[in-house]
Amino acid sequence: MVTADGVPLKIALARAERRRRLTAFLLVAPLLAFIVITFIVPIGQMMWRSVDNPIVVATLPQTIEALGEWDGQDLPSENVYAALVSDLVAAQANRTVGQLAIRMNYEFSGARSLFAGLARRGDDMQAPFREAVIEENDRWGDPAVWQILQREGRPYTAAYYVSAVDLRYNDQGEIERQAPNQRIYVALFLRTLALSVAITCTTLLLGYPIAFLLASLPMRTSNLLMIFVLLPFWTSLLVRTTAWIVLLQQQGVINDILVWLGLISNNGRVLMIHNAFGTIVAMTHILLPFMVLPLYSVMKGISPSYMRAARSLGANNWTAFWKVYMPLTVPGIGAGAILVFIISIGYYITPALVGGQSGQMISNLIAFHMQNSLNWGLAAALGTILLVGVLILYWTYSRIVGIDKVKLG
Amino acid sequence: MALPTYAGPLERTWYYGFRIFCGLIFFFLMAPILVIIPLSFNVQPYFTYTREMLTLDPAGFSMRWYNAFWNSTAWMNAIRNSLIVGVSATLIATVLGTLAALGLSRREMPFRGLIMGLLISPMIVPLIISAAGMFFFYSSVGLAGTFPGVILAHAALGTPFVIITVTATLVGFDHSLTRAAASLGASPATAFRKITMPLILPGVISGALFAFITSFDEIVIVLFLAGVEQRTIPREMWSGIRESISPTILAVATILVMFSIALLTTIELLRRRSERLRGMAPQ
Amino acid sequence: MKLTKLKVIGAGAAVSLLAIGAYAQDAVQLTVVSWGGAYSESQQRAYLDPYMEEHSNIRFVNDDGSANALASLRAQSQANNVTWDLVDMLPSDAQLACDEGIIMPIDADEWLAPAPDGTAASEDFLPGSIGECFIPQIVYSTVIGYNTEMFDEGAEPQTIDDFFNVEDFPGQRAIQDRPAGNLEWALYADGVPIDEIYETLETPEGVERAFAKLDTIKSNLIFWTEGAQGPQLLADKEVAFATSYNGRLFAAAIDEEQPFEIIWDGQLVEWDGWVVPEGTRNLEAVKEFIFWATDTQRLADQAKYISYGPARASSAPLVGQHEDKGIDMAPHMPTNPDNYETPIVLNNDFWTDYGDELRERYANWMLQ
Repeated sequence: MVTADGVPLKIALARAERRRRLTAFLLVAPLLAFIVITFIVPIGQMMWRSVDNPIVVATLPQTIEALGEWDGQDLPSENVYAALVSDLVAAQANRTVGQLAIRMNYEFSGARSLFAGLARRGDDMQAPFREAVIEENDRWGDPAVWQILQREGRPYTAAYYVSAVDLRYNDQGEIERQAPNQRIYVALFLRTLALSVAITCTTLLLGYPIAFLLASLPMRTSNLLMIFVLLPFWTSLLVRTTAWIVLLQQQGVINDILVWLGLISNNGRVLMIHNAFGTIVAMTHILLPFMVLPLYSVMKGISPSYMRAARSLGANNWTAFWKVYMPLTVPGIGAGAILVFIISIGYYITPALVGGQSGQMISNLIAFHMQNSLNWGLAAALGTILLVGVLILYWTYSRIVGIDKVKLG
Repeated sequence: MALPTYAGPLERTWYYGFRIFCGLIFFFLMAPILVIIPLSFNVQPYFTYTREMLTLDPAGFSMRWYNAFWNSTAWMNAIRNSLIVGVSATLIATVLGTLAALGLSRREMPFRGLIMGLLISPMIVPLIISAAGMFFFYSSVGLAGTFPGVILAHAALGTPFVIITVTATLVGFDHSLTRAAASLGASPATAFRKITMPLILPGVISGALFAFITSFDEIVIVLFLAGVEQRTIPREMWSGIRESISPTILAVATILVMFSIALLTTIELLRRRSERLRGMAPQ
Repeated sequence: MKLTKLKVIGAGAAVSLLAIGAYAQDAVQLTVVSWGGAYSESQQRAYLDPYMEEHSNIRFVNDDGSANALASLRAQSQANNVTWDLVDMLPSDAQLACDEGIIMPIDADEWLAPAPDGTAASEDFLPGSIGECFIPQIVYSTVIGYNTEMFDEGAEPQTIDDFFNVEDFPGQRAIQDRPAGNLEWALYADGVPIDEIYETLETPEGVERAFAKLDTIKSNLIFWTEGAQGPQLLADKEVAFATSYNGRLFAAAIDEEQPFEIIWDGQLVEWDGWVVPEGTRNLEAVKEFIFWATDTQRLADQAKYISYGPARASSAPLVGQHEDKGIDMAPHMPTNPDNYETPIVLNNDFWTDYGDELRERYANWMLQ
């Protein structure tokens, strides 16, 4: 068979199909390029930073090369010490010692003064350098320091991930657990999970009844009540957080009411903010609509005749609900719970404002390392771990709900 | 779910108990928003209801925090910056997002799942991670601390909403309609304008509103990426909350609540219009 | 229709973007970074506003970014996109930034004005205050303040010991989320003589001892990040005590009539001053401004607005009364002899060397 212009139909159809595929792709292409450049690449670059390790090898090139031949047992040879002095003198002139000192301080304490001190005095040193350097600071006579230099002299490092899971390298270069007073990240990941589970449970506990009520009321009434769910959803996050500060603080509305009722004394005001309690309450409020909306859309699709049938077959209200209605809402529970959990696990703003210390989550620590401690590699490693966790959860979510079935408003 | 007349005492207790419990939850949802509104009219610089306020004495109320707001250059700049960033980001997000949604809803679209996943990802990735990544990358290309930097970042965050709302209006869209138009001699542009556009318009506008509110309410990216010249309303509120909660913040909050009510109403009207157009609503 | 509305908004945005562009071209715009709150205001009134009046082509943009200045400077330098022109910074952070090459080394006698009697700047500034890259403005102190309404009359706290005594002086305490100062106070309250504090902190046992002392009040602690938070928490009565800068507590007590008192025992004295980011686009304008803003009269002027001592010897005799309230400023200065009985002078060398690890340890401790 051929078309009017003599092209075989099969080829013509294939051509048209290809053209349509191309049109579809061209429509998507601008946004795809935009998202890849403005979003995907930045995130990829951040993840890269968690293993990237350019500073040591760039600042101490001769030292690292000379260390290549060292067996890691006794002290390195004279030419390694000479290379170190020459590298540090050059670094002092280029003012790059500071970066190196910061980087090495992540590996062992006192590294800053060790490197900065030698860099300052390296100019006046004479051969033999090994004795001169060790005399400057006897830690240069410790093979452990050199092992660290050898390890971190590679262009890539696992050190940030090692710290991010509360491990460390010991003097023999083996990985072991951090000292007890230095273990925080695993506990913080667990706390983040625990707070997220708590928030998911409270939103389910509060969201299920009102979704049920909304789904069973006549359309007109339920539309009206829906405003109560949607208005908070549309209200600025910072407005809602401010509102909770106003309510929960010691001189706040709730404490005032409790004092006025005589339940507590004026000096015995309850601490409800700057702790985990404040975080859970405020975040439950903020995330409740994300639980109610998917539950509502599932419940709306359940025909009331199921319940009626169950009752007419002799089930009491409770049995009818528990055995018939509840199982039908499980997809809604799953969707809402995973959504709330995903959002809360990466939450930053509310814990930062009302969380105090016990309400801090892993995001807050990422921000801390980004802005205060400036350990960007560690921030990137923690961020990558969090991101992988969220993507796994999201994959589960899209399995249950489907990627394009996300409903808004 | 009206209570049947033959209900026993246990059922009655259940019924009313359940309603009271739901009432309390609705109260929990609304109370925080409502409680700050009267306080924004407080004469005193405190966050507590004074005796005058509780007795509704006019002497307890004033507009002083609203005046402080209007007379503050910082807040006025913040409004201007929020509008510049919000409107620009929304325009980019809406144009790119609508085009992409049209492509994605075509049957012939290759690698649909993968591309959809990538395009939706700004909505999924925790903001702190997006902010950290953007901070490094935008700094290295000189976009940190500039309007274009913040606008591009917010546009990226807004596009998933446009894609989702526009795709939703195209569910059940009969592509043979545009083909029919073409066979009747309409150019692709005319076919788009006369057939596709009216159908997706409610989706486009509500997507645009979502994108706008996302930018308008966004704080994490702004904290990391914006310089002092790009301080938006949320950024100004953030320092207000961290440093000193003066009731000016409550005045701003009240204005923002009014703003949300207006947006919510618009979205709801658009949704109904869209359902009517596609003949899905019972009305 | 709704689309026309969108068009109007869009046009408005475009116009305002153009307007910003046009405005920026006329003047030299200097981004000045400082600490915000009462301190920025004192700088505004003593230096920035008068300077803008005299130089109509200069426009200052204020950024309250000093608390995270080191991070931002690193980011800007790494990105080769330096947007700041002048930064108010602590000397220990300035030394780090200087070592990293992200701020400019200064030549005191070239950059800074001599005293009115002709004494060179390097002689006139107080001994040890000028750094490699650091131009001092003020001497300030970090102190513990309390809200008098939270204590019975006659039973107010007097000493650092009282701050650590939760039984006799109950209530929450707000301290900074960084170790500097808090560790010194912990050791001081634990009985370490002031002149041995830093020696002790250099040993691991000393650090343990400081954290052990802090542990005794940990359940009563709230942590603040930005300078304004301490006085705010005190004013809200969220806490009974807050560590803060003496000038901010002064400003809250004088300007806002808050019932605050300062415990001068163990006050932590330190410099604060300007640094210039390497790579600023307006170096000449910045140098011209610094030369003027750090002269004898200007430093004395700042003390009219906030109770921080000028860093120049020649400014001291010019310090007079509060500009608005007319009260004598001298009794509120950290260096006033009555307040200066048991000061701890912050050791910047110590914090430059040990800061990183102690900050990390402290951050961990806060979260545990």
